[in-house]
Amino acid sequence: MMNTYVVYVENKPGVLTRVASLFRRRAFNIDSLTVGRTEKPEVSRMTITVDADYDQARRIEANLYKLVNVLLVENITESPAIIRDLAMIKVAATHDARSHVLELASVFRARVVDVAPESLTIEITGTEDKIDGLLEVLRPYGVLEMVRTGIVAMRRGNKGAVLAPSLNSGVGEIASDEGISYSV
Amino acid sequence: MKSENDTKAEKKTEKKIMTGAGILWECLEREGVKHVFGYPGGAILPAYDALKHSKIHHILVRHEQGATHMADGYARATGQLGVAVATSGPGATNMVTGIATAMLDSSPILCITGQVGSKLIGSDAFQETDITGITLPITKHNYLVTRADEVARTIREAAYVARSGRPGPVLVDITKDAQQSTCEFDWEAAKPQMPGYRPDLSPAPEEYKKALDLIHSAKRPVILAGHGILISGAMREVITLAERGGIPVALTLLGLGVVPASHPLNLGMMGMHGEAWVNHTIQEADLLIALGMRFDDRVTGNLKTYAPNAKKIHVEVDPAEVNKNVKVDVALVGDLREVLHELLPKIESPDRGEWLHHIDELKGDAAVRDIQNLPDNGHLYAAHVINDLWRETRESNTIVVTDVGQHQMWEAQYYKHEQPRSLITSGGLGTMGFALPAAIGAKVARPDAEVWVIVGDGGFQMTLCELATIMQEKIKVNVAIINNGYLGMVRQWQEFFYERNYAATPLLNPDFAKLAEAYGMRGITVKERSQVIPTVKSVREHNGPVVIDFRVEQEDTVYPMVAAGAALHDMIRRPTPLVETADDE
Repeated sequence: MMNTYVVYVENKPGVLTRVASLFRRRAFNIDSLTVGRTEKPEVSRMTITVDADYDQARRIEANLYKLVNVLLVENITESPAIIRDLAMIKVAATHDARSHVLELASVFRARVVDVAPESLTIEITGTEDKIDGLLEVLRPYGVLEMVRTGIVAMRRGNKGAVLAPSLNSGVGEIASDEGISYSV
Repeated sequence: MKSENDTKAEKKTEKKIMTGAGILWECLEREGVKHVFGYPGGAILPAYDALKHSKIHHILVRHEQGATHMADGYARATGQLGVAVATSGPGATNMVTGIATAMLDSSPILCITGQVGSKLIGSDAFQETDITGITLPITKHNYLVTRADEVARTIREAAYVARSGRPGPVLVDITKDAQQSTCEFDWEAAKPQMPGYRPDLSPAPEEYKKALDLIHSAKRPVILAGHGILISGAMREVITLAERGGIPVALTLLGLGVVPASHPLNLGMMGMHGEAWVNHTIQEADLLIALGMRFDDRVTGNLKTYAPNAKKIHVEVDPAEVNKNVKVDVALVGDLREVLHELLPKIESPDRGEWLHHIDELKGDAAVRDIQNLPDNGHLYAAHVINDLWRETRESNTIVVTDVGQHQMWEAQYYKHEQPRSLITSGGLGTMGFALPAAIGAKVARPDAEVWVIVGDGGFQMTLCELATIMQEKIKVNVAIINNGYLGMVRQWQEFFYERNYAATPLLNPDFAKLAEAYGMRGITVKERSQVIPTVKSVREHNGPVVIDFRVEQEDTVYPMVAAGAALHDMIRRPTPLVETADDE
C-alpha cells in the first residue's frame, strides 16, 4: 500500500541525504520525494510516498523520528488531504493535431505554456491520477518530453502542523509528541 | 554581598577568546571526559597542539580502529562516554569498523576527526575524505564543523546525543581552520539545540495495564534480559521482577551479568549457542517479557517458529525496534528502569512452581554432556581454560573482554558472570580484533579491575599492534589466546555445512609468547591442562601485562548450536561423551 508522509525537518545542510539514506539503509523504496521551504525559514517540508504495509509504515515513521534533524512526521495516508503533482508535457502537435491537443488540454484544465512550430508544452497540476489520465490521451500524438515534480500534500481543515514552540528551545523543550502512538 | 556560589557561577560564564581546538578540549573536560584514545595527523594537529593546556590524558594507539574499540571498551566498562580522536582521510576511515561496532551494540562513543580546511572541502585535497557521508548510516548522528564558533555547541550536542536515549556513536568532523581560528567561548550560550530529538519517551498508561494483565495471566512466562538493562541501570529492578513474579530469566550475550549467573532464576544464555533447555523454555513459554533486547536473529532462530504460543511484551527505549523482527502484543516504549518502577508495585506473586519444575526437567542429561564433567583425556580444551580462569578470578573484580568466534561462545558458556559490566564483547557486529583494544579501554576506565582478554589466534592478529600501546601506557592487561590454529567458528560452519572443506581457515601462526617478549612483556605457552591454573596464578601475581598462548584442541566444536535459519528448538546437541568428536577426525 502506498503511504504518504509529510516530514518537517530542520533546514540544515545534509538533512535530505540523511532522510534519503535512511530509506536506502532500511531497504524501503521511495516512490516520490519532494522537499521545499515552509512558512518558517528554519524548517523544510518533505512529502514522501513509499510502498509499505502497516508494520513497515510504522517502522518508517519511528526510524524517521530517530533522525535528530526530523521535527515532525505525519502519515497522512488515511487522512483527508489535498494532494497535488505538477507535470510539464511536451507533445508533438503538427498543424493537423494541434486543435485536438488543445481541446484535450482544456478538458483537463491544463495550460499551454509553450508553443513551437511542431510541438506544444502543457502544464498540468492535480492528483497523480489526473495527470496519468491526460498523459494517456496525449500519448498517441507523441510525448516528446515530460517532467513531474512528485506530489506535495497537505491535510484538509483548520489545523496546522504542531511544531516545536521555538526552534531555539533547549534539549529539555522538545517538539510535541502529538501524533506519535506507541500502542500496537 | 556575593556568595561563593555566585562567584563560581560568574567564573563559569566568563567569556574568553579561544581557538576552536582549545574549545574542543575545554568542552570535553566540562563533559567529564578524562581520557581520549587517538592518533595524530595533519588535519588534527591544531587540536593535538592545544592538548598541552588540557587535563585530559591522551593515549596514543597504533591504529585508529584500536582507538574506537578502546573508547567503546571504556564506555562499556563504566557507562561513561568514550572518546576517540583521529586525523582526516585514512585516519577517519580506519575508525569505521569501530564506529559500526559501537552502533550495533548501542555504545556511547564520541569520535573526533580532523578535516581539511573548509575552503578545500570538495577539492579532493590531500587526506580529504567525506567521513560524515561515510559514517552517516553507522552513527547515531554526525556533524561537520567548519567554524570555531560552532565547536562548543556541537561538542555539547554530540555528547548529549551519544549518551541519551538509546546510546550510540557520534562523530564530529572539524576542519583544520575551525580548529585554528579563534572566537569567544561561552559555555552557557552553547546549549544544545535539538528541537527534533526525543530521547525520553514513556508508555501510555493503558499499555501498562495490558502488560500487567498478560503477566498475571501467564502460566509459563520467561524474561528475556538484554543489554538495555545494563544501559538503563535496571539490574535490581529486573531481579525484583523475576523474584516477585517467580519468572525465570534467559539472557542475551550482551545481557550476561545483569542477573548473577548463580541466581536460581537465571537460566543462562539463549539463542544460537545457548543451552538446549534455555531455548526449549522459550519455545514452550506462553509469555515472553523482552527487556532491553531487540530479538536479534542470533537469539530467535527462525522467526516463523519462534515461541509460537507466547504472547510478547517488549520493553524498549527505541520505538523503531518494536515489531521489527518479532510482532509483539504490548510495547512499553521508554527507559527500562522507569518502566519497571511503574510496573513493579503492581506485580503479583502467583505460584509458578510447576513451570520452574518443568524447566528443571528440560535440563535432562545436559549436565552429563558438559565437558567439565568428563574425565581428563590429556587434551586441552578451550572450555577447560575458560572454566579454570573463571575459578581463579571469580572472587575478584574481573572484567573479561572477548573477541568474536568460538572462544567468545565458550566464554559465554563457561565463565559465570556474577556482576554487570564484567563481560565486554562485540555482539551485534561481531567484530574480530575488538578484544585487545577494548580491554585497554576497560582497564583505563577501571584501573582497579583485573582485566582479561580472551581472544582467538585469528582475531588477536587483527589488532595485536596495540600490545605496543599497552607497553607505552604501562597497562596491566592479561591476554589469553585460545589458539587452535584455525579460524575456529568458520571452520565449525565448514564442518557442519560445507562438508569439511576447510577453505582458508587453517592459520600458520607466529610464536605468540616470543612475540609478546619482543614487545617487552611476558609471554607463556601452555599446552597441558595441568598447567592452566598454575599459569593463571602466576600471571595474576605478575606486575606487567602477559600474553598466554593456550594451544587448545584444534577441531573442537561449540555445542549446542542452532543452525542459521533453523528453529530455536532444533539444536545440534553436544554429543556424549564429547571426547569422541575430537578423536573421530
